[in-house]
Amino acid sequence: MKVIVCVKQVPDTSGKVAVKPDGTLDRASMLTIINPDDLNAVEAALKLKDETGCEVVVVTMGPPPAEKMLREIIAMGADRGVLISAREFGGSDTFATSQIIAAGINHLGLNDDDIVMCGRQAIDGDTAQVGPQIAEKLNLPQITYAGDIKVDGREVIVKRMLEDGFMNIKMKTPCLITCIKELNEPRYMSTFGIFDAYNKPVEVFDYETLKDEPLIDKNTIGLQGSPTNILVSFTPPLKGAGVMLEGADKNTCNELAAILEKKHII
Amino acid sequence: MENYNSADISAFKDVWVFCEQRQGVVQPTSFELISEARRLADELGCKLYALILGDKVAEHSKELAGYGADGVIVCEHPLLKNYTTDGYTKVIVDAVKERKPEVVLFGATYIGRDLGPRCAARLHTGLCADCTHLDVNTKVYQDFLGEASTLAPERIAGTDTAMVMGEKKEVGHDLKMTRPAFGGHLMATIICPRFRPAMATVRPGVMKKAPFDQAKADAAEIIRPEFSLTEADFETEVLSVEKAAKKLVDLIGADYVVSVGRGIAKDVEGGIKLGQELADELGGVLGGSRVAIDSGWLSADHQVGQTGKTVHPKVYIALGISGAIQHKAGMQDSECIIAINTNPSAPMFEIADYGIVGDLFKVVPMLIESIRAIKAAK
Repeated sequence: MKVIVCVKQVPDTSGKVAVKPDGTLDRASMLTIINPDDLNAVEAALKLKDETGCEVVVVTMGPPPAEKMLREIIAMGADRGVLISAREFGGSDTFATSQIIAAGINHLGLNDDDIVMCGRQAIDGDTAQVGPQIAEKLNLPQITYAGDIKVDGREVIVKRMLEDGFMNIKMKTPCLITCIKELNEPRYMSTFGIFDAYNKPVEVFDYETLKDEPLIDKNTIGLQGSPTNILVSFTPPLKGAGVMLEGADKNTCNELAAILEKKHII
Repeated sequence: MENYNSADISAFKDVWVFCEQRQGVVQPTSFELISEARRLADELGCKLYALILGDKVAEHSKELAGYGADGVIVCEHPLLKNYTTDGYTKVIVDAVKERKPEVVLFGATYIGRDLGPRCAARLHTGLCADCTHLDVNTKVYQDFLGEASTLAPERIAGTDTAMVMGEKKEVGHDLKMTRPAFGGHLMATIICPRFRPAMATVRPGVMKKAPFDQAKADAAEIIRPEFSLTEADFETEVLSVEKAAKKLVDLIGADYVVSVGRGIAKDVEGGIKLGQELADELGGVLGGSRVAIDSGWLSADHQVGQTGKTVHPKVYIALGISGAIQHKAGMQDSECIIAINTNPSAPMFEIADYGIVGDLFKVVPMLIESIRAIKAAK
């Protein structure tokens, strides 16, 4: 059994985000982090490894520097990494991205008792689309928004969260699960893991490696294989400045309450 | 259906809205979507259909049509009682292949965001996630950009065409799907120019529900497409569906929202109590910033922001919330924003209609007192 965890390196959108004058993101000036939800998928996989001794393979698609992220996850306990990286894959939307990652997973080999895990969504695009679309292209059953995962042989039972409750759903491996932050508390890299991180293999799957995979076709990858286009990107205007009420005292509060009354709020 | 081709653009017509029901209750976002999709169908000059799946759900048809649908496509089957990715994807994909709508919208709920991607991938078409604004007509879209963006007029005028596969293409008949990205720092408009249907999931609470129209409801055409579904089509099995034990906060429907943030850190319990008390006084509900949820002070259903809920109440009161972009993305369209924060340079003050620089633990009790005094005098 192995667990394949799909991860993404993303700009840290919680900090300052630099926007270039043409409305595109100045990625070069931003810090990159491991997408937070993906760490919950990594932790879920490592927990399964703790319980069953299964192999954990961490897969990403991105530019060459993403290898460092794979090494960090190996230092957390993953066994090996795969970096899917090629100029031909650039400009992919979620449809084309999932096509390429699915091809990479096929190339790795997906066995009957394997599980693919993803984070719910990445903080740069917030689409939550790549996980389900990988599942579709690999023809796997999926359960998204996992709040609890139980694996017993080939049987997988997931507590699937909803806005107003949850469902308990059963499926068989091979299958795909997307994980939310409530699922677990991701572990840190271990000292031993850090020593080991550069002794474990990180393979690169480039265009040459994957070009004979049935899912790889110039019409389904990269810019040409992406059904969606960006028409324009822009920043919203700032709202006009409001009224600052001077002094944090009783008079100010009376003034604010009077405004609320005038607006028929109270 | 064997020769279905998603690139044969001219073969596709009409707008569909997937109307989600849970345990026989139509989700409110379905009505918002139908209301908004009415305008899109009019701009495209086509019909609008509501699509509902479930076991015995036809009774909802009139209600759905009353918000603007010309017809309702009803797919009933005992195996569709509960939502499953496999069952719902199969039935929707088969219906789309047979009837070829040019636009399909889903609510961006936990279910819509599971179902939409799967359908789009199987249909070989594009899907735009979590949209907050939709247009077809270029002039209407450009007017929207004029108000909602800082783009130069020439740049806005240039949005009538797009570079598609190296060629300039008119986009007058394409669905323009606008959504926040990078935690709300940027907005982007996405099109799906080469494939149909153009698909989008739409953020709940953003589109406004139209008034109910009884004549429209009575005139609805009911369509029951034939479809095949057997247990062999399912690889997942729903063991149980559980409602949350605690009643969840209805932030999206609230007229008044009082939210707390990092500013309550020194006395979390006291801060929440004050926020709740102020919310109660206004007849509103309590919300929180990402910090308040990530720190475990409030449960996730309270979260306002890009990763939480989008609200546009009559009044939004931010207590001790600095105003990170990701929070503002979820509340900046509130009719009136009041900010109370000790830090005079908190970004929240930039979008506030009224601001008080001060300690919320001192200001809020006084404010509650002032509100009570006014109420008592009435």
